[in-house]
Amino acid sequence: MNPNLKWKALFIVAVILFCIYVLIGTPKFPTSVQDIKDNFSHQIKLGLDLQGGTHLILQVQVQEAIAQETDQTVDRLIGQLRAKDIHYDEIRRVDDTHILVRNIDPAQLSTFRDIVTAQYSNVWDMSAAPGDPSAYLLTLRAAAVAQIQDQTMQQSLETIERRINALGLTEPTIQLHGRKDNEILVQLPGEGDPTRAKAVIQAGGQLELKLVEDQSSYSSESDALAKHGGVLPPNTELVPGNSERRAASGTPETGESWYLLSRAPVVTGRDLRSATENRNTNNPGQFEVNFTLSGDAAKRFGPFTEQNKGRQMAIVLEHRVYSAPVINGRIDDSGMIEGNFSQESAHDLALVLRAGALPASIKYLEERTVGPSLGADSIRHGVQASVLSLLVVMIFMLFYYRLSGANAVLALILNLIILLAVLALAGAVLTLPGIAGVILTIGMGVDSNVLVFERIREELRNGKSAASAVESGFAKAFLTIIDTHVTTVVSAFFLFLFGTGPIRGFAITLTIGLIANVFTAIYVSKTIFQYHLSKMDRQGQLSI
Amino acid sequence: MIELFKQPNIDWMGKAKYFYALSGLLLLAGIVSIVSQGGIRYGLDFKGGTNVDVRFAQPPNIDRLRSGLAAQGLGNSEIQSISDIANPNANEVVISLEQKGQGDQALDVSKTQIINALNTIYGASNGSKPDFNAATPTSLAAFLTQRDPLLLSTNAGDRYSQLAKKILDYRDRNKNGVLTNFDDLSNVNGVTPAVQSAVKDNFTLGAFAIRNVEIVGPKVGAELRRQAILVTLYALAGMLVYIAFRFEWVYGAAAVLAVFHDVLITIGFLSLFRFEISLTVIAAMLTLVGYSMNDTIVIFDRIRENNRLLRRESFADVVNKSINQTLSRTLLTSGLTFLTVLVLFLMGGQVLRAFSFALVVGIVVGTYSSFGIAAPMVVAWNRWRGQGLATSTGSAAGSKTRTSSGASGRLAPAGRR
Repeated sequence: MNPNLKWKALFIVAVILFCIYVLIGTPKFPTSVQDIKDNFSHQIKLGLDLQGGTHLILQVQVQEAIAQETDQTVDRLIGQLRAKDIHYDEIRRVDDTHILVRNIDPAQLSTFRDIVTAQYSNVWDMSAAPGDPSAYLLTLRAAAVAQIQDQTMQQSLETIERRINALGLTEPTIQLHGRKDNEILVQLPGEGDPTRAKAVIQAGGQLELKLVEDQSSYSSESDALAKHGGVLPPNTELVPGNSERRAASGTPETGESWYLLSRAPVVTGRDLRSATENRNTNNPGQFEVNFTLSGDAAKRFGPFTEQNKGRQMAIVLEHRVYSAPVINGRIDDSGMIEGNFSQESAHDLALVLRAGALPASIKYLEERTVGPSLGADSIRHGVQASVLSLLVVMIFMLFYYRLSGANAVLALILNLIILLAVLALAGAVLTLPGIAGVILTIGMGVDSNVLVFERIREELRNGKSAASAVESGFAKAFLTIIDTHVTTVVSAFFLFLFGTGPIRGFAITLTIGLIANVFTAIYVSKTIFQYHLSKMDRQGQLSI
Repeated sequence: MIELFKQPNIDWMGKAKYFYALSGLLLLAGIVSIVSQGGIRYGLDFKGGTNVDVRFAQPPNIDRLRSGLAAQGLGNSEIQSISDIANPNANEVVISLEQKGQGDQALDVSKTQIINALNTIYGASNGSKPDFNAATPTSLAAFLTQRDPLLLSTNAGDRYSQLAKKILDYRDRNKNGVLTNFDDLSNVNGVTPAVQSAVKDNFTLGAFAIRNVEIVGPKVGAELRRQAILVTLYALAGMLVYIAFRFEWVYGAAAVLAVFHDVLITIGFLSLFRFEISLTVIAAMLTLVGYSMNDTIVIFDRIRENNRLLRRESFADVVNKSINQTLSRTLLTSGLTFLTVLVLFLMGGQVLRAFSFALVVGIVVGTYSSFGIAAPMVVAWNRWRGQGLATSTGSAAGSKTRTSSGASGRLAPAGRR
């Protein structure tokens, strides 16, 4: 054998051995058939459509976080103007990113400008308001909007990740989805009922402890307002009780209740050190959530409870008062949330409190749940169809091209092995459209072989010798094969770039398969022909 | 040597007008079908809505199902039976509902309504026992760990989750997701009589199992539709550029037009056979675009090669010869690929049904369009140019090295046909 051919053969064998090792030889060196199976299913990860599970796409309502930033700025500005005794008619939020300041006392205008320039100009742009010479318009800079957006998305992602991880599901995926629209993709393999996961993700988790201003609660919002002559006292707010939540859990509470609370919270969810669910000591059928506060918050909370002994303290979750116990004495660092909780709901609430609040609310855009039995069906059908079509193709090739057909069959099998190994190495998951991509790869692989073989036959018909027919057959088919493959890869590239989900999976398998095919159908197949030719005498006939 | 043809000698270009007529007819049939059905049938991915796939223990009574759904205010839901050749009595239906309201309504409101309706119809959850057919590995493992029927002292949690997984694998793989008799559980390796009776005493067997739920919000649907159209156009543009670069722009244009023709005809066939256009069908469409292009390029490649060799023959003859020379390759490859997708269509299961149908049609149409549409268009262009510009300075495919006089001299005879 000529040395060039020997190196080629060595290279091919090395590639094949490596691919086989990737597929079945790792992570545990196989010593039994079961090991091989385990290794294989470890290396080839199945998509949700094949193994069952839940796929959720949710959208973070980022504009809420932006509006919040604007609201906070309005509050700060009012505070600063008051502190400097600057007079104005109105400061208000116009929309999510604009603040209107009207009629600053002309004598104090320069002080106002100084404050804005010194403290706000890196985030806010100030300009004269259109159509009102006495007013200024503050506009949130685009860069600041983008930054809030990024932060909100990042924080939402991390919070959801912590919450989902605490549920103890197997291998969840949580990642940003798409290039815009603030979407997050959550995949929960093997999870057939997403109700609980969805509730945990969506829970806002905003806990606040606030002082109750009026000792008695009100049966309606208008009652409370009437009591105060239609206007709430400054820095207070009306918050409803949690009757709705109780009604939803089965024991309806008659009537509404409203509490007048001080606006500023003493303690918020950020001050929590831990939260756990426990059985209610008075009512063993029910559960409650106990929490402890971090050191800083405890330092504030101790004196606060000391001062307000005998008053009520509201525990507010998601803008609803869960309970409003009377402060009996100094409390430093612990508290509890009572409600009509089951063990599961108390557990989930504790989990959400520990994981922290979401910076903005979320909305579900898409939910897909593939039951495990459908996944099993799909994989069975997909594998059966692939194996059967492979068999049909192989039998035909052997029948039609004889010994050269065996060459083609070998190239096809190698193609599949390389394709699967690259999928495993890239950590890509095999989905149903992916299997379709595999089947199409088989089709394209056969096409390459047929192109080459038909060319060789033509050359033989034209009276060439076996060796030169093989040489020119490959040479002539080569350009065609490259053209067809590049065209398909170009389209697969666009599918990958702009497609999502199933289309991407399809594009990935097809691209890998086509590249592997150029290697097997041209390089490997030609080497086998050359080896065969080197073994036979010059006048020999090619079996094709 | 087994051969399909010895030396085919068919005048393909002479039959171009029949090809055009056939394509026109197929396109017309598709358009008529689409118009008569009030437009293209979009799948859930593109129109938004809720699909719930339910498998029943017994063949479901569709009328009862329909009236039960109507009683819950779901009168506008569609019920579609699923059966295929591999599984003719699947006892399975898909209940679909278009998204009614949107905005602040919870996305899964229709799903909850459908499941409530099914529970009402089939009187599920009699008593307080949970439904075994709705149990998840987590819930079953938790139950087993709590009951501890095997009296395990070590690693109880791990061992019971493995057992739970095995039991549910049996339910899902061997029983298609719906167990009808608890006694069957004795077939599962590791299930002792104690385990079996613990499960039997504490679970009921519901009459149905939810196999698949898909909910797509209306906004997502519109976005996906826009994206699918863009992806297809980008892919076509990419191919056009590549072929124009490798051959000549007229070849690129002809190939892209032929592929466009294939996509339109396939959409027509999907409509004729009442298939919906879903994301996976779009993947099939893009596949057939690649496939048809592949076929066309093989023929164009041959034309380019023959053009250099056979200078004396008319361009139409060169094209005929090229098609004839590649004919056995075309039929072999198409035949084998057709067989492959036919197997997929027959055996690939419900999820791949529309996908593989699109490919079955697409491969036939794609193969035909290479010689029936793409090649005649290039010939027609050359003929028009040959007549319109008597002193043509253009050049035929791949003949960039040739002199212009040679090219026009060669193109003129094409006009005689």
